[in-house]
Amino acid sequence: MYSEKVMDHFSNPRNVGEIEEADGIGTVGNPTCGDLMTIYIKVKDNIIEDIKFKTFGCGAAIATSSMVTELAMGKTIEEALEITRNDVANELEGLPPVKMHCSNLAADALHAAIDDYKKKLAEK
Amino acid sequence: MIYLDHSATSPVDPKVFKAMEPYFVDSFGNASTLYSLGREARKVMEENRKMVASLIGANPDEIIFTSGGTESDNIAIKGTAYRLKDKGNHIITSNIEHPAVDETCKYLEKKGFNVTYLSAGEDGIVSVSDLQDAITDETILITIMHANNEIGTIQPINEIGEIAREHKIIFHTDAVQSVGKIPVDVNQLNVDMLSLSAHKLYGPKGIGALYVKRGVRLEPILHGGGHEKGIRPGTENVAGIVGLGKACQIAKENLEETEQYVTSIRDEIIEKVLSEVEQSYLNGHSTKRLPNNINFRFKSIEGESLVLHLDAKGIASSTGSACSSKKLEPSHVLLALGLEEVDAHGSLRLTLGKENKKEEIDYIVKSIKDAVETLRKLSPLWCQVEQ
Ligand SMILES: Cc1ncc(COP(=O)(O)O)c(C=O)c1O
Ligand code: FES
Repeated sequence: MYSEKVMDHFSNPRNVGEIEEADGIGTVGNPTCGDLMTIYIKVKDNIIEDIKFKTFGCGAAIATSSMVTELAMGKTIEEALEITRNDVANELEGLPPVKMHCSNLAADALHAAIDDYKKKLAEK
Repeated sequence: MIYLDHSATSPVDPKVFKAMEPYFVDSFGNASTLYSLGREARKVMEENRKMVASLIGANPDEIIFTSGGTESDNIAIKGTAYRLKDKGNHIITSNIEHPAVDETCKYLEKKGFNVTYLSAGEDGIVSVSDLQDAITDETILITIMHANNEIGTIQPINEIGEIAREHKIIFHTDAVQSVGKIPVDVNQLNVDMLSLSAHKLYGPKGIGALYVKRGVRLEPILHGGGHEKGIRPGTENVAGIVGLGKACQIAKENLEETEQYVTSIRDEIIEKVLSEVEQSYLNGHSTKRLPNNINFRFKSIEGESLVLHLDAKGIASSTGSACSSKKLEPSHVLLALGLEEVDAHGSLRLTLGKENKKEEIDYIVKSIKDAVETLRKLSPLWCQVEQ
């Protein structure tokens, strides 16, 4: 049911883990099935220079987390904010319809991490 | 591949396949016809009816061939409800039934029947005293499964049957998962009707039977040419019937031996996984369960990912996680045990078969351990548990 790309990211997830003293942290949960995703970003000169994730969820949730970190790595904050829910699914060569919400989760977690970064920046 | 999903379906035993083969191209006769080809089909059908009856201690005339477990359950439940609707409108079942029973009961609720869903409790076993309390003057049918398909728990069917008999209430049991795995005797179990299905006991898919005790009457839910006493009309699936009969015969011959063999593998896997994997638990009663059923729960991981990891290691398994269901809801059976949704997520069902080998146990245990560890490294919940 999953594409080869999904299985690749599921079996060999990129950028797994946490970042100590991250500049932004975003955690989102999915009410539909009670899963959880956290994304950590390190930002330098407005560029995402490191990004990591931790996910509790299905194969699609893990693959989309991995994919979104790959898409965001090295991008400027503005570019990263433009990564949409659909981009993640498309880059993975599609997801089964019932699993589209897992891809939403990944994009939302990235955006939440960026929001957190901006908030912290404003407070400084 | 190591196949550990026998409760979903089992491979057809080569001896069963061989017995079926002549009934497609050569002996293809319609069992209702008068010439010798048809008579031969009739004869072989009746011989196989005896084999099915013999496995469950029934008389051959009490066996109705159907297309499988789902149809047997529907015929039994709707057939009784419609037949007895003037006598009462109350049905008792449990909250861990297979959808073939559960959805049929929900349908009847929409048609005006009242249904009580007895709670199976933490160990996955229905309480006999709860059942007793649920009976009213309106109760016309009790339908409670013999063994559960997800957690393998075995229900106190003969006690329930005694109570049903005292109150003169029709009692049906879905024995799709137990027939061929543990001794099943309709008289000892005190049941009026019992559903079984060939593909769970090394027979083909699409064939099963409903045991209907002599004297029990059903309103037909299908109408047609009057086959199978008018309860299940339609040209008989002779090859399928031969497959079911042969599967029952083989199951009967090897019942005790297979039961002991599979139980020993089950217990070794359970013991090793529970001792080697941190925060792992067994769902359902530890001994009142099918010899081939294991249902684990691992903290902080999700079952679909676990099944995918095991698949990559050549092991076929299943889960009751919401993420793997079409409706994205956790298994109603696991929730019935009182598990939180997040914990129901981390379930893994392994259902063994006679072809599994003892030598595979260590590989299975190691694969589970590795997969759980890999997923926990990814899980934001696991570090919270660790801290
Ligand atoms: C307990 C139980 N009842 C009924 C069924 C349905 O049987 P069948 O697939 O033959 O319709 C199954 C099989 O999935 C089952 O496990
Ligand atoms: S995380 Fe539950 S379906 Fe993807």
